[in-house]
Amino acid sequence: MPQRLLGLALVFPALATIALLFAYPLAYSVVTAFQAEGAWTVANFSKAYELYRSDILFTFLIVGVSTLLIGIFSLAIGGYLTLGGSPAAVAVLRWLYRWPLFIPFIVAGQLMRTFLAKNGLMNNILTEVGLMTPIETVSFLDWRGIVIAFVWKQTPFVALLVAGAMASLDRSMIEAARNLGASRPRILVEILVPLVRQTLFVGLILSFVIMLSVLSVPLMINAQSPTMITANMAFRINAYGDYGVANALGLISYLMTGAVSWIYLRYGIEERGGGR
Amino acid sequence: MTLASLETASRWLVRAVLLALLAFAIFGPITNMLIWTVTEKWYFPHKLPLEYGFSFWQRVFAPRGGAIESLTNSILIACGTVLLSLAMAVPAGYALARLRLPMRGLILLCFLLPQAFPNLAVYINVARIFYGFGLNGTYYGVILVHTTHGLVYAVWIASAAFAAIDRELEEAARSIGAGPLRTFATISLPLAAPGIFASAIFVFLESLDEFTGTFFVGAPVVQTLPLLLYTSAAGGNYQIASITALILLVPSIAFMFVVERFIRADVLARIGR
Repeated sequence: MPQRLLGLALVFPALATIALLFAYPLAYSVVTAFQAEGAWTVANFSKAYELYRSDILFTFLIVGVSTLLIGIFSLAIGGYLTLGGSPAAVAVLRWLYRWPLFIPFIVAGQLMRTFLAKNGLMNNILTEVGLMTPIETVSFLDWRGIVIAFVWKQTPFVALLVAGAMASLDRSMIEAARNLGASRPRILVEILVPLVRQTLFVGLILSFVIMLSVLSVPLMINAQSPTMITANMAFRINAYGDYGVANALGLISYLMTGAVSWIYLRYGIEERGGGR
Repeated sequence: MTLASLETASRWLVRAVLLALLAFAIFGPITNMLIWTVTEKWYFPHKLPLEYGFSFWQRVFAPRGGAIESLTNSILIACGTVLLSLAMAVPAGYALARLRLPMRGLILLCFLLPQAFPNLAVYINVARIFYGFGLNGTYYGVILVHTTHGLVYAVWIASAAFAAIDRELEEAARSIGAGPLRTFATISLPLAAPGIFASAIFVFLESLDEFTGTFFVGAPVVQTLPLLLYTSAAGGNYQIASITALILLVPSIAFMFVVERFIRADVLARIGR
């Protein structure tokens, strides 16, 4: 089979890179999480729980709330792009929503750090318009700032996927529903959302994993307690060289991803069993 | 006014308000950053800067300002990452699209691995392993980390670009006597070039913007733009942080506007297949 061998030889360098520089360190992190002073132990986990249990919960809530909001906003954007009554408004929205798509997280972090601060542009405009007095202004640079930065940066990505999936659907079904007098919100929720669910979930899970890996946003917006475990991991390494606890927190972040993927797989299979 | 025209007017009002809110949410933070790049003096409770000017630009781009060094490093590393990724992704993409491979689906899935796990903990351990090989704080170490992350885009897009080529063109070249290598070099590669070029830009941008891997493997020796942005922001220097952010923002927004011209719909439809 010369062709098979040739094919494997051509794929080998790329595959070996992933194995050596991703799979191996990944396995190494899992093993190190269960080791302390050369022996197998769960001490790293009990220490991680003791020190960072509120941060673990905080991380899960921040990423969970962000994922939910990203889902809602991208469905709204995709829905309007597909069903919108005014071509002009659709064109404006299409031009507008994609701006943050490739903006790096660290830049998003810096933008929000200035925009959401107590004397940032947002509060300045709100007081200028008369919606607030300077004394009422608050800084959003806490968990809300992290959520806003995540949603701002990730919504265009999921909306792009969702809008693409909606655009490739058969329009005749939408037209039929419209002719029967269904309102547009109802068409969105009852027809479009079930049909693009697969794409939506893939986009949301990818966003969930990405947000769990981002170090720059929590460091720049809110590094005080409670913060995200990504910031804690960096702190354990830089301040103490404590790989055990850092890797234990890493394993917890893998487990969060695993839980979300499991929910997705289960949900997908259940629906297929339902005769669709 | 009739009832119908009143309804049309109110619809337009709702649309205009919602779009204006979205525009505020998207451009507000960007505007705030742009103001900071030309601010000389700005403190509470003033709503706008007291003095405007470009003195921070001069400071950032002065020989010891750090920007030139970081920019050069970032571009060198991104170019190295693109070259290394393409050198591996073009053969791999061709094999995945055109040759009979055992476990093809599984191989494609392997390249997704770095996207499927939160990668911060992985970078920590890459840094630890690299330490043993003397790769920490070197360009090579940072390029290797960025390449691992960029490979999924490079391989998947290259594979889709080769798969989108009409097989008959390659067969025609073979039938008039061109060897497999010559067919690849004169037919397949030029036809797949736009897709591969798009993946190269994407890998370049991902490397330019990468923070976490560089933070653990490169810092403090290899200073890139994202690291400069972080250190100046942490030091409370909003002007330098904003100028660095602007340098990183321009290529990402430019790419957002041109990406659809590079990746054609027929290539896009084949990604991951």
